[in-house]
Amino acid sequence: MSLSLEIEDVAWAPVLHDITLSVPPGEILGLIGPNGSGKSSLLRCVYRRRRPDRGRILVDGLNVWTAGAGDVARRVAVVTQDSPADLENSVEQIVALGRVPYLGGLGRLTRADHDLIDEAMERCEVRTLARRSYTHLSGGERQRVHLARALVQQPGLLLLDEPTNHLDLRHQVELLRLVRSLGVTVVAALHDLQLAGAACDRLAVLSAGRLVADGPPAKVVTNELLAEVYGVAAEVTRGADGLPRVNLPLSR
Amino acid sequence: MTVRAAARRVTLAGSVVLLAVLLGLSLIAAVGLGPVDIPFTDVWRIVFGDAPTGPPAVIVRDIRLPRVLLGAIVGAGLAVTGAVLQGVLRNPLADPYLIGASSGASLGAVLALMSGLSWLLPVAAFTGAMATFAVVLLLARNGGQLGVTRLILSGVAVAALAEAATNFIVLNSPDSQLRSALFWTLGGLSGTQWSDLPVPAIVVAVFAGWFWSRSAGLNALVLGEEGATSLGVEVNRLRVRLVIGSAITVGAVVSVSGGIGFVALMVPHAVRMVVGGDNRWVVPLSALAGALLMVWVDVGARLLNQPDEIPIGVITAMLGAPFFLVLLARANRRAFS
Repeated sequence: MSLSLEIEDVAWAPVLHDITLSVPPGEILGLIGPNGSGKSSLLRCVYRRRRPDRGRILVDGLNVWTAGAGDVARRVAVVTQDSPADLENSVEQIVALGRVPYLGGLGRLTRADHDLIDEAMERCEVRTLARRSYTHLSGGERQRVHLARALVQQPGLLLLDEPTNHLDLRHQVELLRLVRSLGVTVVAALHDLQLAGAACDRLAVLSAGRLVADGPPAKVVTNELLAEVYGVAAEVTRGADGLPRVNLPLSR
Repeated sequence: MTVRAAARRVTLAGSVVLLAVLLGLSLIAAVGLGPVDIPFTDVWRIVFGDAPTGPPAVIVRDIRLPRVLLGAIVGAGLAVTGAVLQGVLRNPLADPYLIGASSGASLGAVLALMSGLSWLLPVAAFTGAMATFAVVLLLARNGGQLGVTRLILSGVAVAALAEAATNFIVLNSPDSQLRSALFWTLGGLSGTQWSDLPVPAIVVAVFAGWFWSRSAGLNALVLGEEGATSLGVEVNRLRVRLVIGSAITVGAVVSVSGGIGFVALMVPHAVRMVVGGDNRWVVPLSALAGALLMVWVDVGARLLNQPDEIPIGVITAMLGAPFFLVLLARANRRAFS
């Protein structure tokens, strides 16, 4: 199940200005842009962390800011850069939190819930870590645990806020490959343009809180855009796969 | 569900039953212990059977039993509040002192004692707890949001102020009242009467049950504001409600027992070390373990310094200090692992 996302004329002063963006079901959209360009803020507006000053955000036609928090959490899951947890929290317990939107206040898990949790841990290759304390994991393992937690939420839309931060190359590639295999709509804020180009169907570029470019990676990542938005003189070439390769000469 | 998960549930449920049985036996045993020893079997007969009248029956029924039961209620209330506050404030050192409620209760109680209104004492202590907590809450609110760091900082500041005022009043009180005022600020259960029990018993039972029913949200808070929000938890509303519930529980408890430190801090940590961080188990097990600890600490208060009593707060502090060091060692291990 994958759901559409419509962002209609959203503004949140002073960070976001008049953003309109439409993501069809099943698309992988990369949000790129310099630090402070509003990528995280835009995602926060979608998962009900920051209420926009105006505009509407619809997930599968459901207005996230007039719907209940639980209704949104049953459709939208989020993986942020790093989440805190305590020594006493095992991996399995963190993953199980993904069921919270479906449970009563006490949070009693059924057999079906446990099956979902096991399946998600298996898929994200953290099942062998189930009994380990979350605080003892490496950055890559933690990110996979949170992805498993997000899967347990059974979302139709997955939001990722710089999910590959702190990850080495292999884990970056594995995480994005896993995300691509899920068959849900994904909106991911990413820093690495080359990786974003490879992982996403489409890229949207934010600069100073405005949407300045939107299109397939090969069209969006260009010398002109990097000069304009990031203020760097880069050399963008095309790989054999037609995707952009970004070269940043430091000496000149 | 895996076999392992099922086995774990059984183990956890077993530990609830085990602690409940231990608590039941401890209540009977503790009633027998004191300056006058009364054998376990006699206590059993006096409480549950047609007991002979006479001095032991009077001691058991009118003096020891209400006191032991109140100890259990107070211990359960403090420990369960500690568990909730540590979860809400995301701070391992969180306890009722951190939101000003305990210090406010002491101030209210001492003011009542000094103005010769000692019959008003529980009411004054409860009012004091709520008043200081209200000040803390007002200081901590920032544009409708309850900031955790702001809450802790304003709690510490207001508590320090209330304690200073309490100490000033105690030191300037006439000698005849100095002892009772001091004893009250350190906590104690001596002189408990049956009439002291109903209010704290009801408050602790109601709120402990309610806290337990909020376990899922409390668990989600471990992911921080961002993470819990994305799980559909209304973080700010949940925090405010749980903190207010904690303050009411603490107010009701300390208004009859005085300020007893460290129980709220120690018990939930010890429980989590054994069963992990899932609040569905941490909340009820903390209540039981807190009750158990307090019953035995009170036995110590009665027996260790005869014919005088030791204030309970002194004993819990003596247990609490080494416990802090254990926590610190654990934290260090975490930092270097």
